[in-house]
Amino acid sequence: MDIPYTSKVRPDTGLYNGKLGVWLFLASEVMLFGGLFSAYTYLRIGAPLDTWPHGWMNVTLGTINTVLLALSAITTLLAWAALKTKQFGRYKLFGLLTILLACAFLGIKSYEYRDKLTHYQVQLNDGRVADGHLVENNKDADYILLRGHYAANATELLDGRAKGHPAHEELKIARTDIKSLKNYGPALNNFLAIYFSITGLHAIHILGGIIVFAYLWGPGSKMWFTAPVRFTNRVETAGLFWHFVDLVWIFVFPLFYLT
Amino acid sequence: MSQPEAHPSHGSHSEPGFLRKYVFSIDHKIIGIQYGYTSLAFMLFGFFLMGIMRWQIAHPGEAVPLIGNFLQTVFKDAAINGVVSPDLYNMFGAMHGTIMVFLAVVPVLTGAFGNYLVPIQVGASDMAFPRLNMMSYQFYLFGGIVMLASFFIPGGPAQSGWTSYPPLSLIVPTDGQTYWLVGMVFIITSSLLGSVNIITTVIQLRAPGMTWLRLPFFVWTEFVAAFLLLLAFPPLEAAGLLQLVDKLTGSSMFLPTGLAVSGAAAHAAGGGSPILWQHLFWFLAHPEVYVLILPAMGIVAEIIANNIRKPLWGYKSMVYASLALGFLSVLVWAHHMYLTGMGTVIATFFQTTTMMISVPSVIILTCLLISLWGGSIRFNTPMLFALAFLPMFAIGGLTGLPLGFSASDLHLHDTYYVIGHFHYVVAPGTIFAVFGGIYYWYPKMTGRFMNEFWGKVHFWGSLLFMNVIFMPMLSQGMAGMLRRMSDGGINYALSHTGTEGSLPNMIMEMNRVILWGAIGLAIVQIPFILNVFISMRKGVKVANDNPWDATTLEWQTETPPWVYNFRKEPVVHRGPYEYSVPGFSRDFTPQTEPDNIGAKH
Repeated sequence: MDIPYTSKVRPDTGLYNGKLGVWLFLASEVMLFGGLFSAYTYLRIGAPLDTWPHGWMNVTLGTINTVLLALSAITTLLAWAALKTKQFGRYKLFGLLTILLACAFLGIKSYEYRDKLTHYQVQLNDGRVADGHLVENNKDADYILLRGHYAANATELLDGRAKGHPAHEELKIARTDIKSLKNYGPALNNFLAIYFSITGLHAIHILGGIIVFAYLWGPGSKMWFTAPVRFTNRVETAGLFWHFVDLVWIFVFPLFYLT
Repeated sequence: MSQPEAHPSHGSHSEPGFLRKYVFSIDHKIIGIQYGYTSLAFMLFGFFLMGIMRWQIAHPGEAVPLIGNFLQTVFKDAAINGVVSPDLYNMFGAMHGTIMVFLAVVPVLTGAFGNYLVPIQVGASDMAFPRLNMMSYQFYLFGGIVMLASFFIPGGPAQSGWTSYPPLSLIVPTDGQTYWLVGMVFIITSSLLGSVNIITTVIQLRAPGMTWLRLPFFVWTEFVAAFLLLLAFPPLEAAGLLQLVDKLTGSSMFLPTGLAVSGAAAHAAGGGSPILWQHLFWFLAHPEVYVLILPAMGIVAEIIANNIRKPLWGYKSMVYASLALGFLSVLVWAHHMYLTGMGTVIATFFQTTTMMISVPSVIILTCLLISLWGGSIRFNTPMLFALAFLPMFAIGGLTGLPLGFSASDLHLHDTYYVIGHFHYVVAPGTIFAVFGGIYYWYPKMTGRFMNEFWGKVHFWGSLLFMNVIFMPMLSQGMAGMLRRMSDGGINYALSHTGTEGSLPNMIMEMNRVILWGAIGLAIVQIPFILNVFISMRKGVKVANDNPWDATTLEWQTETPPWVYNFRKEPVVHRGPYEYSVPGFSRDFTPQTEPDNIGAKH
């Protein structure tokens, strides 16, 4: 006894099982990211005065990533359309393009993460703050090397919009002058904490999408020759998931980059 | 593996191996039974934790009898000489709640009963996604194992309540909370996959003729509960992930500015909000209450309909009421948070929705009550549990009203009154429905009845002791006993003797009464546990496939059901509860029975 409607559409609902399943899964995903974006809103509204940063993200990189994901949405659609018109070669092409675009997205994302995690805010004993990328932090040496600039206090660093970069130079700071040393990781403030949480979870979704597309492009594509309708359905449902992941990014981009 | 392999065409005699059949099974019935055993084992374990806590409350500072040495071996400093320390009490309290809600009651309702019954009752051969179903169980089991493992790590399990409120949950220096969060992520994932499966099965795999209003009420309740799990659980998953980030990276999304721990400033950037956690947590945890109660109502409705030998009164109202319950349940969460200092406007909104949600619950209960009128009731064990569910759930529901009003809640918040209230809903409410369901469907699962005499012993004992345990809590709470005092309030009572608002002796004495109630409840579960196992071999055999003369589809197939449930796809001709229909020779008309009386088209 086979389970009905695995690839055929049930007449009264107009759906096959997998499609309904993915839509339900996406509904729960909406609530998951909805919860996270609510948390973002709550934290931002409730943030004490002069603690919420602006313009800390690289808008150029964010824009490139937005374009990459938008293009990948088109290629997933074209890949599915190719199967619908029975052009397996075209499917292979667009499937591969989707995977490459997604990988490029993750590449840029990890560069951004690295940039933040090697970027340090050094609170000095005299009240000033040194801000910049860590060049040298040898445990045995009595100084650290930072490529950046000095600011009067941490509040001055909060607005990174449209000021032009202050001149960066190599700063040699004696360890005895340092009160605390923190990188731009989640512990620095809640903007970064929620940024890493949401974009991290989003990146895991991208990775999941890459794994699924790679499977459907490689070993899984053999199904095209035995059960073409089911295979096309699989590509369609994977595409539905992918469009959702793209859509989440459309919210991430303005909330973290354009603010 | 492709579909035809997973479902060999019938007639093939290749028996799957033991592992494939019982451990990595994709048959919804086997998975349902796996869920059943696992969740009942967790329930027993959660009950056992509670027993130790009740001992500590009734005899604070005295070594736990029998297992004191064992506690000291496992928990070391937290149980010196077998005495429950406040830390250990907190651990057990947190894990009792977590285990009972997330690992026992929800899985037994949706995982065990939902898995076993929903596909058969809608006339399907399996769940829509059998392998996903197997995976849900494995995620659940793994999450449970992570929770259990946390008992054996240094510092013990989470100790900040099942609600895990920050800042407390984040400033406790042990790793228990991390295990709790990781375990929860797995359990939540399992619920999500399971609910996708149940919803898809109900929408897509209904047999020909099984229209929406011919679905048994149990299927409706599972359907609504699955939607609640699907949509309300993810915000808790989000909250859990954020708390995990806080815990592991030292961020402070849930930690406010200026937090001091033990008199010293906390090492955190601050600027976060503990209230944010409460919102995200209760956005799940209130709908969760309806996940706990709706399928229980479904089970009770099935048992009552069968044993009154007449149709349920107001089946359609019950269906619409359960939909209304599902919808309203996501609009009431902040009634758990009246004491957080929210404005009166918001408090008024949540009071209003909270009062509104009692209407559909009362509709369902009233329909079941009126259904009894004029029925020729069979008082077998499942029916006794189902009947007891009605007043017990009613007590639980009515005692909730003073908690729903923000004015009276100010007094009752965080007292034993709250404990009494929700345990009436879940323990003699939901768990009675679970017991009733086990006695009722056992003949279908095994082909034998459970022993009726010991079943009645189990029932009357449980009914008595449940009330001995929970009724005094309502009084204790109204007298002002707080729910998290690890000494049962004795120090508070002694230090304030004679003052207004202190705890009088009568209230303190109840702690001992409740302990005896708990011991009694434990003893009367022994016949039940033995009954489940012994009846598998020694129970009275069923005379036919439909021993209760029931109408729904699970009784119209062989016993126990064939691996794909029905040898021939069933065709449904009528509603679920056609009992004593005039013109038929029998007093029940199965859903598969064609309409041959005055054949109209």
